[in-house]
Amino acid sequence: MSAYEIYIAYSTIVRKEIQRFMRIWVQTLLPPSIIMVLYFIIFGNLIGSRIGQMGGFDYMQFIVPGLIMMSVISNSYGNVVSSFYSTKYQGSLEEMLVSPMPNWVILAGYVTGGVARGLAVGTIVTCLSLFFTQLDVHNLGIIVLVVLMTSILFSLGGFINAVFANSFDDIAIVPTFILTPLTYLGGVFYSIDLLPDFWASVSQLNPILYMVNAFRFGILGVSDIPVGYSLLVICGFIIALFSYCMHLLNTGKGIRK
Amino acid sequence: MRANDHLKPVQNTMTHALEINQLHKIYDNGFEALKGISLKVEQGDFFALLGPNGAGKSTTLGVVSSLVNKSSGTVSVFGYDLDTHVSQAKCMMGVVPQEFNFNMFEKVADVVVQQAGYYGIPRDEALRRTEQLLKQLGLWDKRKEASRNLSGGMKRRLMIARALVHKPKLLILDEPTAGVDIELRRSMWEFLTRINEQGTTIILTTHYLEEAENLCRNIAIIDQGEIIKHSPMKELLKTINTETIVLDLLEPLATAPEISGYSLLLVGDTHLEVTLNQGQDINSVFVVLSTAGIEVTSMRNKTNRLEELFVNLVTNNKTDLQGVSA
Repeated sequence: MSAYEIYIAYSTIVRKEIQRFMRIWVQTLLPPSIIMVLYFIIFGNLIGSRIGQMGGFDYMQFIVPGLIMMSVISNSYGNVVSSFYSTKYQGSLEEMLVSPMPNWVILAGYVTGGVARGLAVGTIVTCLSLFFTQLDVHNLGIIVLVVLMTSILFSLGGFINAVFANSFDDIAIVPTFILTPLTYLGGVFYSIDLLPDFWASVSQLNPILYMVNAFRFGILGVSDIPVGYSLLVICGFIIALFSYCMHLLNTGKGIRK
Repeated sequence: MRANDHLKPVQNTMTHALEINQLHKIYDNGFEALKGISLKVEQGDFFALLGPNGAGKSTTLGVVSSLVNKSSGTVSVFGYDLDTHVSQAKCMMGVVPQEFNFNMFEKVADVVVQQAGYYGIPRDEALRRTEQLLKQLGLWDKRKEASRNLSGGMKRRLMIARALVHKPKLLILDEPTAGVDIELRRSMWEFLTRINEQGTTIILTTHYLEEAENLCRNIAIIDQGEIIKHSPMKELLKTINTETIVLDLLEPLATAPEISGYSLLLVGDTHLEVTLNQGQDINSVFVVLSTAGIEVTSMRNKTNRLEELFVNLVTNNKTDLQGVSA
């Protein structure tokens, strides 16, 4: 395949993926928006007003970056895991496997689909948050970079989950038992400075902490972790997960018989 | 992969459409599905790969179409090795699998257009080809329907349209007419014959041996992971020692007439079964019956000839293997 043909193959997957989540927007775009509005009302307005300030900002302002990241993470992951597993389950993955498309194009197409949904939901949640608080932009470059990298990382994670999943239950296990707890413990609702030293150190093993803090730095200019270090950690995870995804595709594990 | 790889000429100019050498497949559970099969399919051929359930047909086609990882051996498509020139080899073939494997929620036209996209065909061209194929296969009126709403026969035709959208030189069909009514089956045969005449090499597996006998010029029979017969259809059919023909008579008979050298059996009182040995022809029987004033209204084969041969070969193979294991 020439570079142009590869581009067409890639854009075919991306178009299909975007059409998929737009077609079922009631399942893909609406629920995270409603959930985040509830977070803003309950944690931000009702409880937040009693908490006061955190990290030098109103509690609402402090949690909004984390909540936006939470939406991006769960939707990027959820889009790829459900779409790729459905494709595998229905057998239509074979359409791609018999084609001359290189494996990395399949991966890139699905990851782009995940990123597109992550960004769509992230944008909606950001707009909704403006009804509750004022958001400043401390560093737009960092904001865009962190959102993109996080979205890519969790799209890759969703892909791995889909490859190993053998039932629809399997695609819910990781988000429920791993992703959600890590997100809640990743500094979305609190600064790790509040934790005892031991738990603060344990928290640093949680990759989501780095993403939430780097994103918070982009918006508020404060972070529990140096931003450069956060970006390096995210980058490392992306390389590791991408390599593993390619290994799975090239060996056909969970995909080919 | 380099961008201009597809421009490289095929190494061997006298290439086969498909060449399989010493293909082994052992599944993770230790089951040896293919025991070193070798197979050659000429360009432009209409080739049948037959075998009982679980013989290894679908595994063979799965390896060829890259859906099943082989354990060892080589596969090349129009001279392109599946290991070293996978992209070029895949461009050469279209695959129609046994099971429906398209997204049931997609519209009919989208299933075909997307497949074209995976082969790098620009969208305008993909839309043109999709229209052409859906019209040829009688699906154009259904183009905007969700594919899950199609009937079984229509779904099969959709998979054929999808497999042809990138204009492959080799079309692989795994039981394309399974569960399809006879009228539709015949129209599918006509379509496949037409594209074969236009130069597309076709390999099919089927359980309808009449289909293989009518359509295919060459045949391989696979059983328990081994090719037990690989020859032109005509030669294979010549090896049949006996053939039973049923004659329907106008008037009932009390006893079967006696014809020297021929075995005749009266079934009911208006059907005569004539068993012909190799070298005997039915004309001699007609002459005798005509002289005796017996009128024949119609005739047919008692069983499909290939079916008879197939059952014999597979039964013999099983007996041989049992003998070896004993």
